[in-house]
Amino acid sequence: MRFTKLAQSVISGAVLAGALAIGIGTAQAADLRIGVEGAYPPFSEKTASGELIGFDIDIANALCEKMGVTCELVEQDWDGIIPALQAKKYDAIVASMSITEDRKKVVDFTKKYYNTPAKFAAKDGMFSDDSPAAMAGKRIGVQRGTIHDDFLTSVYKDSEIVRYATQDEVYLDITAGRIDAMLADSLAIDEGFLKTDAGKGYSFFGADHSEVEYFGEGAGIAIRKGEDELREKLNDAIDAIRADGTYDKIQAKYFDFDIYGG
Amino acid sequence: MADAAQISPIQDFIVSAIFDYTVVVDNYETFLIGIWNTITLVALSLLFGGLLAVPLAVFRAERHPIFSPLIWCYTYLFRGTPLLIQTFLIYYGLGQFEVIRDSFAWPVLREAYWCALIAFSLNSAAYQTEIFRGAIEATPFGEVEAAKASGMSRLTMMRRIILPSAFRRALPAYSNEVIFMLHGSVIASTVTVVDILGAGRTVNAKYYIYLEGFLAAAILYLTLVFLISRGFKLWEKHWHAHLRPRSAASPAE
Repeated sequence: MRFTKLAQSVISGAVLAGALAIGIGTAQAADLRIGVEGAYPPFSEKTASGELIGFDIDIANALCEKMGVTCELVEQDWDGIIPALQAKKYDAIVASMSITEDRKKVVDFTKKYYNTPAKFAAKDGMFSDDSPAAMAGKRIGVQRGTIHDDFLTSVYKDSEIVRYATQDEVYLDITAGRIDAMLADSLAIDEGFLKTDAGKGYSFFGADHSEVEYFGEGAGIAIRKGEDELREKLNDAIDAIRADGTYDKIQAKYFDFDIYGG
Repeated sequence: MADAAQISPIQDFIVSAIFDYTVVVDNYETFLIGIWNTITLVALSLLFGGLLAVPLAVFRAERHPIFSPLIWCYTYLFRGTPLLIQTFLIYYGLGQFEVIRDSFAWPVLREAYWCALIAFSLNSAAYQTEIFRGAIEATPFGEVEAAKASGMSRLTMMRRIILPSAFRRALPAYSNEVIFMLHGSVIASTVTVVDILGAGRTVNAKYYIYLEGFLAAAILYLTLVFLISRGFKLWEKHWHAHLRPRSAASPAE
């Protein structure tokens, strides 16, 4: 029941917005505000009660604890997530953002905090090969403004690329049959779709994609350009949670293998 | 962006800080697709909505004992709920049912464009029904009486007297509906249709910017609204010619 989930998140979002509006007068200013997405399970999603959960959320909280600062998580739609950082709505983005050359032109990144390949998925047996020739004329769903969007736009010129605001909407439309295949982070697809009820009868096909040219060196934390002090603090905090086992503990909550990558 | 290397860093900063028009120019094809989709969506939904609205408005105005309450429910439902919800229900809601996915209607409902067109047409039909109903009910009684006196049947009277006079009265309200529909059509971009806003969002996402795509889209909408209101002004001038005060200089117009 993906639609119910969407409806629930819309409703809980509205309730949360109302609660925030009431709370504004009394809220304490946090030391650091962190932008997160909230629609990219299992990295970041919202429970029925509107609470943010997921790998990114836990990592963000763990880093704040290590740095000894209070943090406020700010939810932001993906396609405005960099502009809102520039507009100082928050100071850092922990949202599975891949470190790419294009993004480095507008923001600075910490070191990676995980790295997983991108992969295509579709109905079982629909495709055996993910070459651009095999996918010519097919509809491929992707989240707008992601590295996967860049990759498809540049390489799969003969396919019809259908762009969505959130990854959840891609899942909705692949089950509805409006798109033939989708490309996203392999882990996001696996945990957020294939392992759910809606994902029965769907599977990965083709190769692991991690072409550095498009996919960068992994997911990092984006900050505004020139804020080197914050970047160093975040880098130290990433090292610290890697060293003291906090990272492994968080990882074990969501995945049964190592997602940090080599 | 492509020419960034050729201009000085300060120029580059000023241009990109204010409005980097080159990203709009470089992506004019996306915007052309967007303009085409917006215009056809709005025009077709007004057309289909209008075709549906005229008979519904007549039934409503005639206070048909069965149809009138049903039509009231329909217009209440579609005017009482946001267009965004209507579009989501048709696009994501219907797509959830396997019965619908296996039915003859799926080739149409599979397409985001058609889903948006169906939602917009039904929504516009509801508004147009109420606009026309009001205009029909406001027909001066004298016109009806004169038509009756010259022995017209109800159908002839409707066709020759009531509807033409109602359309004239409805025109100013109708131009508002057209502009409302144009603004409402941005909802198509939330279900993957590349309309004008969708084109702006695509460009924004491509360059990690916010201002340029939205500003370019806003300018395009402003231009369209300008053309629409000019068009309606001319149309009103033409249809309401008999209401204009005659000028003394040219009595024989």
